[in-house]
Amino acid sequence: MTSVAAHIEPASAEPFLTLANIRKVYPGVVALSSFSMSVSPGEVIGLVGENGAGKSTLMKILGGVIAPSQGTITIDGVPRASLTVADSMAAGIAFVHQELNLFDNLDVAANIFVGREPLTGGFLRLVDEKKQHEMVIPLLKRVGANFSAFAPLASLSLAQRQMVEIAKALSVDARLVILDEPTSILPLSETEKLLDVIRALKADGISVIFISHRLHEIELIADRVVVLRDGALVGTLDRGEIDHQRMVKLMIGRDIKVPSAPLANAPGNIAMSAVGVRTAAHPAQPVSLDLRNGEILGLAGLVGSGRTELARAMFGVDPIYGGYFELDGDKFRPTHASQSIARGIFLVPEDRQGAGVLLDLSIAENISLPDLPAHATSFFVNRGLEIQTAERQKRNLAIMTPSVATRTGSLSGGNQQKVVLAKWLAMSPKVMIFDEPTRGIDIGAKAEIYRLMRELADVGVAVLMISSDMEEVIGVSDRIAVMHEGRVAGILNRDQFSGENVLLLAVGKTIGAKTEP
Amino acid sequence: MTKKDLGLLILILAVGAVVTMINPRFILPINIANTANLVGMFGLSALGQSIVILTGGIELSVGSVIALIGVLFVDFIATQNIPWPVAAALMLVLAIMLGLTHGLLITKFKLPPFIVTLCGLLIYRGIARFYTRDATAGFAFGQNFPKLEFITAGRSFGVPNSFIGLIIAAAIMWIVVHRSVFGRYLYAAGKNEEAARFSGIKTDQVIIAAYVICQVLTMLSAIYFAMYTRSISPASHGNFYELYAIAAAVLGGFSLRGGEGSIIGALLGVVLLQELQNLVNLLGIPSSLNFAVVGGVILLGVLGDQQWGSFRERRRIEDAARGREPKQASAE
Repeated sequence: MTSVAAHIEPASAEPFLTLANIRKVYPGVVALSSFSMSVSPGEVIGLVGENGAGKSTLMKILGGVIAPSQGTITIDGVPRASLTVADSMAAGIAFVHQELNLFDNLDVAANIFVGREPLTGGFLRLVDEKKQHEMVIPLLKRVGANFSAFAPLASLSLAQRQMVEIAKALSVDARLVILDEPTSILPLSETEKLLDVIRALKADGISVIFISHRLHEIELIADRVVVLRDGALVGTLDRGEIDHQRMVKLMIGRDIKVPSAPLANAPGNIAMSAVGVRTAAHPAQPVSLDLRNGEILGLAGLVGSGRTELARAMFGVDPIYGGYFELDGDKFRPTHASQSIARGIFLVPEDRQGAGVLLDLSIAENISLPDLPAHATSFFVNRGLEIQTAERQKRNLAIMTPSVATRTGSLSGGNQQKVVLAKWLAMSPKVMIFDEPTRGIDIGAKAEIYRLMRELADVGVAVLMISSDMEEVIGVSDRIAVMHEGRVAGILNRDQFSGENVLLLAVGKTIGAKTEP
Repeated sequence: MTKKDLGLLILILAVGAVVTMINPRFILPINIANTANLVGMFGLSALGQSIVILTGGIELSVGSVIALIGVLFVDFIATQNIPWPVAAALMLVLAIMLGLTHGLLITKFKLPPFIVTLCGLLIYRGIARFYTRDATAGFAFGQNFPKLEFITAGRSFGVPNSFIGLIIAAAIMWIVVHRSVFGRYLYAAGKNEEAARFSGIKTDQVIIAAYVICQVLTMLSAIYFAMYTRSISPASHGNFYELYAIAAAVLGGFSLRGGEGSIIGALLGVVLLQELQNLVNLLGIPSSLNFAVVGGVILLGVLGDQQWGSFRERRRIEDAARGREPKQASAE
């Protein structure tokens, strides 16, 4: 076969979408400046950049939600100054957002055709369930779905829901599917499935723009990487050049120290142990685990393996159905977070906005909340003291805010996470539990969170970090415990750290003998 | 005082001015004092309701509790000859028990507040009617309780004591809600119970306490109403009073989702509501239209507030766009 014949259609070498010198100015900020890129059929483009680099602006321009201030968008050789939402849809541009726009209470087929249901029954406008079902089956097949069109959405995992979103995109004959942080909510094994779907799209000649903070996945999947920083295109990497270090360097404009090989602090005494603890997620599986002073213990595993439930049980917000925790020689069975807090066990929860902070309270009010009696004169809140603590924590953690009276909800994700940390660090932690501490946080803030975790360990705090991000687990932990279906499948020491080992244990396999001395 | 409270105050004064122009009897001391008395009595139950609404809950049994406590209290002092302070103490115990029961069912048994208190509404009304066999509870001719009557239905310096009672209760509740540790917990638990729990707040206790406070204030209001009407027919006494309380809280800026509202707002809400009732009487509007007028005004008020909010938000964004765009262009 000649190279020409290898193409299914000769035109496919031509980019179907080209952006030239796109510029978008908001009052006070240049969100995007002289940005150019092109997308060819079947191309997978990785789009990376820190939060605020201009990715969302670019997406909004492609979606027709906002118009660029300058520049040309050329689709199929037709240049335009801007797109409308209808233009974007007609051009076959489809979005799969980080927050999936699906209905929990409907089934798969209804979700895919919501608003565009095939109708029957004339003026009664009934949904033609049969036809809808027939239309859905080939779509599900294309995304490799292992669930039925009748499955209630509520019964699907996050990865399966993303497949539904992608099938929805395919149902409108998408030519370009834009995935916005699709893997940040997915556990490791499900990520693999999503990457397979992307490969299938590519094989069909559908282009993909893949936005992710997880650079490893970009390395695996992208044909080309486009790096944005401060609204400008700072580099394009072709297939052969894509590697982690290059991307990170372009994204932040400097070398980032990925915390590897932590200082050889001899791990201290056991701070807290789980002894045969059973949680609601897997009541048949008792979990035993030791947390040591001065050590960051990474807790890896698939979503649903019981990691979050263990953390919540330690913090006293979920009941335990057997076993106990051991703390300072006592048996400890907390039934309320206040009991754990009193013992210096603090949790930075997975759901930052739902459980970590109160978005409508000020920063100062959030920081004092768990320790309010200490910020009170008899029954009355002492606002002066509250502000004092908050100001101190704002300096210590470098929270970026004009004032500690600012509403917490107006901060960026990274700064909200710092508020969660600030409230705990204002008290004296003995055991700090972090559940997915850097999810949805940009790289700069991530590095700060890692540094804080390390500082905590250095002063003797026992740190437990639940993470689904492989780089993070391996880069930050001193030891890694891997959970599989409710039990601790294995504990890895530094010399055994590798992506394969973590993944093998997470999916229930065993790892071979130590390969390295 | 927030901007919203100030707006409400201006509205109250404006409505008052208009009514006065049409019917000057509005500002006669006798009318003001009568209205103040009603504000005092309805205000106590509205304060209680506000605390529950602050937690994101609702208390629908208020009217029935006013009837139940009314018949019990009057029967105790008038028929059973129990000294009134003892009877009042017994009513306090009953109110605390009712609040505890509601709170426990809502927090520990995880029943929705609407259902729990709706059942309360039906149950207490039934008990009140059964207790008197549907007869009217009242005082015998010539039966007098001078001290109690002075505290409840009397006046000091021309001001109804019920109104003074409300002001005292409101001052205490203001401190509790806006200055105390418990008040902060109320707002936190009402805004986001999960996050409050994750900060170690015993949200169940906070919510139970809110229902207890509500019942205690409702009990006070029940005694005031009982001594004001002096005869209580258990089938109708206090009917819809929970809705007056909820309406006052909503007018006063409370969000039924919880976590929003102020004591001043609740007070102003009660005043506005009673002013409207008074307006219906003074302007010669048929009293059968009473509910329709009040309902219509609340609807318009909430609608206006909503529209004004989105208008200001739009204007703020447009101003920002207009005011800063040229500056940006020159800076480049």
